[in-house]
Amino acid sequence: MGHSAAGYYFKEAVNSLVRNNWLSLASVGVVTVSLFILGCFLLAAINTSAFINTLESMLEINVFLESNLNKSEINHLKEQLKFLPGVSEVEFVSREKALENMLTSLGNEKDITENLDENPLPDSFRVKTKSVELAPQVAANIYKFNGVSNVIYGQEVVERLLIVTRWIRITSLTSVVVLGLAAVFLISTTIRVSVFSRRKEIGIMKFLGATNWFVRFPFLLEGVVLGFSGALLASIIVYLVYTIIIDKIAVTMPFLPIVGQMDKLAPVYLGLLVLGLLIGAAGSSISVHRFLKV
Amino acid sequence: MCVVVRFYNVTKIYKNNSVALNNVTLHIKKGEFIFLVGPSGAGKTTLTRLIFREDLPTRGQIVFNGKNVVRLRPGEIPFHRRKIGMVFQDFRLLPQRTIYDNVAFALQVTGASNHWIKKLAPEALKVVGLEGKAKMYPEQLSGGEQQRACIARAIVNNPLLLIADEPTGNLDPGTSRELMKLFQEINGRGTTIIMATHAWDIVDSMKKRVVALSGGKVVRDEESGVYGHGA
Ligand SMILES: Nc1ncnc2c1ncn2[C@@H]1O[C@H](COP(=O)(O)OP(=O)(O)OP(=O)(O)O)[C@@H](O)[C@H]1O
Ligand SMILES: [Mg+2]
Repeated sequence: MGHSAAGYYFKEAVNSLVRNNWLSLASVGVVTVSLFILGCFLLAAINTSAFINTLESMLEINVFLESNLNKSEINHLKEQLKFLPGVSEVEFVSREKALENMLTSLGNEKDITENLDENPLPDSFRVKTKSVELAPQVAANIYKFNGVSNVIYGQEVVERLLIVTRWIRITSLTSVVVLGLAAVFLISTTIRVSVFSRRKEIGIMKFLGATNWFVRFPFLLEGVVLGFSGALLASIIVYLVYTIIIDKIAVTMPFLPIVGQMDKLAPVYLGLLVLGLLIGAAGSSISVHRFLKV
Repeated sequence: MCVVVRFYNVTKIYKNNSVALNNVTLHIKKGEFIFLVGPSGAGKTTLTRLIFREDLPTRGQIVFNGKNVVRLRPGEIPFHRRKIGMVFQDFRLLPQRTIYDNVAFALQVTGASNHWIKKLAPEALKVVGLEGKAKMYPEQLSGGEQQRACIARAIVNNPLLLIADEPTGNLDPGTSRELMKLFQEINGRGTTIIMATHAWDIVDSMKKRVVALSGGKVVRDEESGVYGHGA
């Protein structure tokens, strides 16, 4: 392809965009909205997963043992726990250690326990799971073991969090898919209008011996430019909104682990741009293949 | 070898069952100037469309420049068409482009470099005598001039064959005669020309080969022939 052809493609694509300005604008708008939602979802997902990770390091299952167990029974139980699927770490906490821990954590209110004549705490295991999602199942399994009197973990927090993330995932992915399809459809409509408004020229190109690709390329380019513009806009808006939110949260809720490093966020923006290109290419391919049979 | 187009028992029946060509066998030699005559609906346009591979024959074979047109793969069709220049009754120039750009467009679609375009487009405009009107738009030109622009576009690629379907159909007799001189000049440079026409006076005066069609059949084929009456 000579450079006259490259210039030609670009000029044609731009001309066409200007000609169908309303439809072009609508296509870009829908791409922007759908990718904005996707961007928000991805950032939310990154942050919840960071949040879950911090929780994960804190979260453990406390397995309280019956008081009548001897040392070998305890060791046997420990081995059983270690080999349970989903378990990553098992640590034995003797009742003496537990009391000590409790006294340290109580600090000034030590006197409450000072007049206890007997250690009320049982022996226990601290069990960590490979991921938070596994905690409920692992806990349920441990509860069935002999010698276990009670199992306690941050059940409610984990379950809530899982429900919320699942809900966010379903709604945002559904809307992204629906809006993405709408974007593909709108772009394909824009390109179809573009093809029809230039059918005379296309006819002339064909009898002058233009290849299919030569005829089709400006239209494909037009779709890709539409998709990419929408994606660029979406990325910019997502970036601005996210920056504002980070600043707000840093002030009001400094304990939340917000992901701010660009190396973790760059893939999101890159992904949005690539997806925009793909939406544009898909939309224009549909029309170009249906309406530009040579 | 010096035959540009061969038709072997070509029949074309359109979807609505109208028989446009009926068992046509025809050879066209390199450098020939052929008038295709016959009443409306005789199959003249259909014959040119088949050469150009705008459509396929229902039966029979067509060979252009040693290649079977019927068996061209889709990807080969554009390259086949680049060897054939087309001139139409309604010109088919792009109204929003200048005359120069219309001619250059024929080179652009073949992927020619700017360097080549700048060399060949002015040459073609000079052949048709429009070098002074290169920057004008089609609507600013007379019918005859528009047809010249169309011819410049058709020959800018230096095609083997020039097909003109009623090129003077919209033009007055004087302008038509001028255009015929141009066609003859192009033919004199070695380009084979097939011209479908109803202009009997032109056909009679030029004394070229005449192929007369009627009802899709070749009813007459003579060297230095005439338009003839009734067919
Ligand atoms: N696309 C088509 N579909 C169906 N029938 C067609 C088509 N094109 C041509 N025909 C029919 O085929 C026959 C030959 O048509 P063609 O256009 O080749 O005639 P022609 O000799 O060029 O006529 P004219 O002098 O009026 O241009 C006619 O009967 C016409 O109705
Ligand atoms: Mg005709």
